[in-house]
Amino acid sequence: MKIVEKILARASGKEKVIPGEIVECKVDVVMTNDRSGVRMMDRFNSLGIDRMPDPDRLVVIFDHDVPPKAIASANKQKELREFIKKHQVKHYYPMGAGVCHQVLPEKGHVWPGSLVVGTDSHTVTGGAFGALATGVGHLEAAGVLAKGTTWFRVPETIRIVIDGKLSGPVMAKDIILLILQRLGTKVALYKAIEFTGEAVDAMSLDGRMAIANMSVELGAKCGLFAVDQKTFDFLDGRVNRPFTPVVSDPDEIWEETYHFNVDALEPLVACPHNLENVQPVAQVGGLEIHQAAIGTCTGGRLEDMRMAARILHGRRVHPDVRMIITPGSAEIYHQCLEEGIIHTFHQAGAIIHWPGCGICAAGISPVLGVGERCISAQNRNFKGRLGDGTSEIFVASPATVAASAVKGQIADPREFY
Amino acid sequence: MNNIIRGRVWKFGHDIDTDIIAPAIYLNKYLSPKESALHAMEPIDPDFSKKVKPGDIIVAGENFGCGSSREEAAVNLKALELGAVIASSFGRIFYRNCINVGLPALYCPDLTAKVNEGDHLEIDLQKGLIQNLTTEENFTAEPMPEIIMSILACGGLEGYLQKGSGISNT
Repeated sequence: MKIVEKILARASGKEKVIPGEIVECKVDVVMTNDRSGVRMMDRFNSLGIDRMPDPDRLVVIFDHDVPPKAIASANKQKELREFIKKHQVKHYYPMGAGVCHQVLPEKGHVWPGSLVVGTDSHTVTGGAFGALATGVGHLEAAGVLAKGTTWFRVPETIRIVIDGKLSGPVMAKDIILLILQRLGTKVALYKAIEFTGEAVDAMSLDGRMAIANMSVELGAKCGLFAVDQKTFDFLDGRVNRPFTPVVSDPDEIWEETYHFNVDALEPLVACPHNLENVQPVAQVGGLEIHQAAIGTCTGGRLEDMRMAARILHGRRVHPDVRMIITPGSAEIYHQCLEEGIIHTFHQAGAIIHWPGCGICAAGISPVLGVGERCISAQNRNFKGRLGDGTSEIFVASPATVAASAVKGQIADPREFY
Repeated sequence: MNNIIRGRVWKFGHDIDTDIIAPAIYLNKYLSPKESALHAMEPIDPDFSKKVKPGDIIVAGENFGCGSSREEAAVNLKALELGAVIASSFGRIFYRNCINVGLPALYCPDLTAKVNEGDHLEIDLQKGLIQNLTTEENFTAEPMPEIIMSILACGGLEGYLQKGSGISNT
């Protein structure tokens, strides 16, 4: 069996499962945030259950509308905090802890072999740790809290082999953009992906999380990485429960295998309004930008902050650009302070935004006006996501965003590295 | 759940994402389903909610509902009282959300190219048959697994859970 099959077999109490089969599974963790958590709470309440059977299964992380900007958010967040108290939910992280997909592994709520559902599509980030982590709707999450289980269709698994070595300011983000460019946004619909290869072996967990995070943009149910020493090093001191990692059996036959080599990979940009529309930076270089953003559940990790600092050090953000940087979590923010990275950002003229979803989840984010262009380390460039319907989002690596902020136009980070 | 659905077709292309079906800028206002539904499809068709009638059917291409897990996308279409959504393929969370809120979602890759906006369809959910009443062509949707039929038969996941299918205290 493959990783995803082994996890679903374990969670459904079966010896073996096969792709296409539908199984009822016990879910280890339900993750929610303030915005979807409010909706989940309303759904849970309408099920008419007085006491949540297993509140320790639930992890609530306030990251979307924090601090609340709309009065409706403030009111509903208050209700959600009361709900958390009423049901004695102990895994509650108030605003400032960071983006849920970063906080979840940092605080040890995702572990190799676990089955995690979250009310956010980028829950797939947990796949970096060899977990089956996937997004669900509010009602479904409420159902899992009520019942403890939900159904899954066992997905086929495709394998993506990434060989070669990244050079200079080319990052894991560029790898996932390369995969989107070549395979499109539908290659993995209803399927699991396993990422492997020498570039994956060499990659930090920060890089693996960036790729797992965007596996949903390939249509995937989950994007998985086999565990190695780096995984254990990351989780050491964070996960305080026993777990059994699972890896795919060596003789498995894959639904499909795709090979990539990143030796000569250059920085890439996903242009509006579809993530398949990926171009080399050289193709779109020179386009004027008005906003540059680094952070989010895709590009707000320590490695991303260090890369941005390296490019911004001793330089100034272009006066026509508003640059916003959001460290992904309080832990990352703290480390950035320790390393002088925040100082570098400040000196460069960037605005530091608090840890959370701010720059990518509309509602609290800075918005784009008519025809404005934003280059961002986020994951989605959908039409109208950050403001006016005529505005444009270019998705790139933190290195490319930093270089572009300095130049005032989409720029190749290799010029600044 | 009504097994026979009849309605007029609203046609959409590929990769219609959840930011189109339920724009993010309204999410932190926690609107009621009826209010929220007024913004369905707003980025590409601001008048959609005014034009659509109960029972109407969306027919779309690949990857309909890709993107966010926001249930508001499925809730918006349900609140407009659409009869069903048919697509060549769906974003998986959106698909589950449709079923969970009691909105039939069917796969029928053959249909998209052979239907025009304004055509009238009749769907037999039990049999998976889709008839284009305007062109008199027949199509077969991919069969829905038993679990999905059961959830739809209860009007969605809430009804399914409350029907005693397993809310437990373990």
